[in-house]
Amino acid sequence: MTPLSHIRNFSIVAHIDHGKSTLADRLIQSTGTVEARDMKEQLLDSMDIERERGITIKANTVRIDYKALNGENYVLNLIDTPGHVDFAYEVSRSMRAVEGSLLVVDSTQGVEAQTLANVYQAIDAGHDIVPVLNKIDLPAADCDRVAAQIEDVIGIDASDALRVSAKTGIGIAETLEAIVHRLPAPRGTRDAPLQAMLVDSWYDPYLGVVVLVRIMDGVLRKNDRVKFMSNGTVHQVDRIGVFRPQMEPVEDLGPGEIGFITAQIKQVRDTRVGDTITSEKKGTEIALPGFKPSQPVVFCGLFPVDSSEFEDLRDAIDKLALNDASFSFEMESSAALGFGFRCGFLGLLHLEVIRDRIEREYNIDLITTAPSVVYHLHMKDGEVREMHNPADMPDVTYIDHVEEPRIKATILVPDDYLGDILKLCQDRRGIQLDLSYAGNRAMVVYDLPLNEVVFDFYDRLKSVTKGYASFDYNLTGYAEDNLVKMQILVNAEPVDALSMMVHRDRAEARGRSMCEKLKDLIPRHMFQIPIQAAIGGKVIARETISALRKDVTAKCYGGDATRKRKLLDKQKAGKKKMRQFGKVEIPQEAFISALKMDG
Amino acid sequence: MADDWQDGGFAVYIHWPFCAAKCPYCDFNSHVARHIDQQRWLRAYLSEIDRHAALVPGRVLTSIFFGGGTPSLMDPDVVAAVIARIRHHWPVANDLEVTLEANPGSVEAGRFRAYAAGGINRVSIGVQALNDRDLARLGRIHSVTEARAAFDIARHTFERVSFDLIYARQDQTPEAWRAELTEALAMAVDHLSLYQLTIEDGTAFGDRYKSGKLRGLPPEDAATEMFHVTQSVCDAAGMPAYEVSNHARDGAQSRHNRVYWRYGDYVGIGPGAHGRLTLAGQRHATETARAPGDWLTRAEIGSGDVLCDQLTPSEAASEFLLMGLRLTEGIDPRRFARIRGEGLNPDTVSYLTEIGMIDATPDRIRTTAQGRLVLNAVIARLLDA
Repeated sequence: MTPLSHIRNFSIVAHIDHGKSTLADRLIQSTGTVEARDMKEQLLDSMDIERERGITIKANTVRIDYKALNGENYVLNLIDTPGHVDFAYEVSRSMRAVEGSLLVVDSTQGVEAQTLANVYQAIDAGHDIVPVLNKIDLPAADCDRVAAQIEDVIGIDASDALRVSAKTGIGIAETLEAIVHRLPAPRGTRDAPLQAMLVDSWYDPYLGVVVLVRIMDGVLRKNDRVKFMSNGTVHQVDRIGVFRPQMEPVEDLGPGEIGFITAQIKQVRDTRVGDTITSEKKGTEIALPGFKPSQPVVFCGLFPVDSSEFEDLRDAIDKLALNDASFSFEMESSAALGFGFRCGFLGLLHLEVIRDRIEREYNIDLITTAPSVVYHLHMKDGEVREMHNPADMPDVTYIDHVEEPRIKATILVPDDYLGDILKLCQDRRGIQLDLSYAGNRAMVVYDLPLNEVVFDFYDRLKSVTKGYASFDYNLTGYAEDNLVKMQILVNAEPVDALSMMVHRDRAEARGRSMCEKLKDLIPRHMFQIPIQAAIGGKVIARETISALRKDVTAKCYGGDATRKRKLLDKQKAGKKKMRQFGKVEIPQEAFISALKMDG
Repeated sequence: MADDWQDGGFAVYIHWPFCAAKCPYCDFNSHVARHIDQQRWLRAYLSEIDRHAALVPGRVLTSIFFGGGTPSLMDPDVVAAVIARIRHHWPVANDLEVTLEANPGSVEAGRFRAYAAGGINRVSIGVQALNDRDLARLGRIHSVTEARAAFDIARHTFERVSFDLIYARQDQTPEAWRAELTEALAMAVDHLSLYQLTIEDGTAFGDRYKSGKLRGLPPEDAATEMFHVTQSVCDAAGMPAYEVSNHARDGAQSRHNRVYWRYGDYVGIGPGAHGRLTLAGQRHATETARAPGDWLTRAEIGSGDVLCDQLTPSEAASEFLLMGLRLTEGIDPRRFARIRGEGLNPDTVSYLTEIGMIDATPDRIRTTAQGRLVLNAVIARLLDA
């Protein structure tokens, strides 16, 4: 057990691509925590999707032994937190498990929206913060400007910011020293009853659920019987250890230490991030503050393209849910799409990650229906219903009014693109709350309806600003608005997977855009196909896909049979994934593409 | 049980791969050669005929067809010897059809009598257009006057005469096509092949089309209208379509091509010729070497074939369907089920019936006029492609 004075727990706060993972890699490597031959890029991001997208989805941790220049041996615990808004709650818990942060800012780019969101989390958690200007080896690096910006925008002293190139190793030694000398040691009492925070958990096929814990007070030992305070379950600890970054057993974990336990826990669902773990007997009565069960924010239906794969999909979802308690699902059947699942996610990224994993790891082609947020339906009889699927919309005559979730969105953008951003936010029913400048970058804050953001807001933002804007948001509450359910009818039959809630004033434009898109996405058939958008019984937009005019081979004699047959076989093999709706075949990609907005 | 091919008949196809000039729209296996040793070719044909006679002996022959290339460049003696050898090996139907494709040039017309004497009883003349400007654009080396003269001679020489026209040509309007077709029908013809101009890859037209230099092709709507004009004008003249592009007076349908479309067996002899042969109860696809010299050498050594593949039940059924639905008479779905071992998907059949593409009864499926226009889509749907 390490004395408290020689422990430093910290996280790294950064915007995507500012070099968080590279810095972590370098710290691990330069202290010899990992043998050079075992080193690989982005050591802490273990999922393919994390590496590919350069994002962290699950919290990871590593224990680094460091001999400081003063000759003392320190234990440095790094928790790598998810950096995305979808996982804001998980981030906040990880932040509570450490005492300090390295704030990494790309010295060629400056402060971005995600930097802000995460650094505020760190400030809220009472961290001491050491600013790190990264990528100083690049010619475009402008440390003075970026340091000034950190002071301006974030309001922390950046005069002694570290100047680092994680890529080349410049400043890594100074960073390690700064962690020891500028970040505080944890506090805690060995003799107090056990109080530990459940920082994260995941399912391991061999070990069962692995729980990442931070000890606040007391000592946790192997074979202890521990209680999870949120649900009162009791488990016996059968393994206890730390990550270096691979698992390594230890005798016990004391105050200030971060490590893992396993305790024959079967489901991640039973281990809630932010929960307090204590001893079954003579435990603490006081739960750690801030715990809340995760709440899905975005919902959509996932259906197999090939309906015979429903059982495979169920299996895939069950397995993914083993490792992801924040993802909820229930079976759903749709007239058009057959059997599938209505799933709830923490946000859009979360949705995409789960969808990608099902498609990739389980090899199931999916149709994803229009994402929806949770609406509050205030019924005339006073009842308030939650609705997260437009298909469940009751008869409007029973509804008094509808409320939708709203967010506060913070966008940082070079002022050249400010006009585009304002237009985008305005088009999405945004209300401007704030507009300020830091150098030539504008920071705009908007109050926006979540349902305008859930689909492709982020993509649009990126494309209108050529990738220079950054964006973050948090949910602020619910507000009433004039919302209606819009249906799309293909060949006079409603396609429930395409129905959505829209603002009445925007319904026509939205409907027209959907119809136009579908017109291009659905191939011509042997007959004419009307495509309509409708509210209730009223058609508000219409397009027509004309029938195939002529598609017949003029000459086909004895020598052509083989060629024609092979052509058909080729066609069959290359055929796009289609789904039959009444008489019409709709390509799988149409469901996503049709929902994308142009403005 | 009788072999399936008997529902379609048995025919022999002879391919003559040479032309006096290559037409810019043609993607057939044709070549221009300065010197051709016709006696050497004859020996090769005869040896291939002998080989096939041993393979599928005793069948009643429905038709012999000389195609090309330009088989009217063959010496009449060669044609006669080939016919004689075929008749020597197989018993023939009473109404045996023996067709030769002919160019309407004056030289060919001069040989018509000799072909008839050798056993040809039907010619199919590549007239293609009835105005000289368009003939030139199509790269044809004959004139309208020559074509009419050749037709008149053929009419008096052979029992049956057919000719080909190409429509949806550059700068052609539906009205102009109607007038031209009416003119064609006024000639004493009993069979017409009326093809929409198709731009094929690997032809001169194909290259010009890709580089944007093939101007004036009628838009899709106009081409579709020309198809409709074709149907109505021919119907009114008593020459309805019996296949997508083929029209005939009753009884004058091409027996040879019907063997293909009814999915009978056929022997394919000559460079690049395809055959379908039922051997030991299994349908086989045969294919010969494509290059004339290559085929000739192979045939002299023992066999012109480069391929003889047994078709799977589902391949054979696909071919039966894609050929058969071209015919106005349609197909017998029970035969499809017999070949494939599994019938057509009844849901697809009722779907296509419902949207007006086919008429279906338990023993017959035919495309409607509307369905024939989008036949490729109908076939793809039925075969789930």
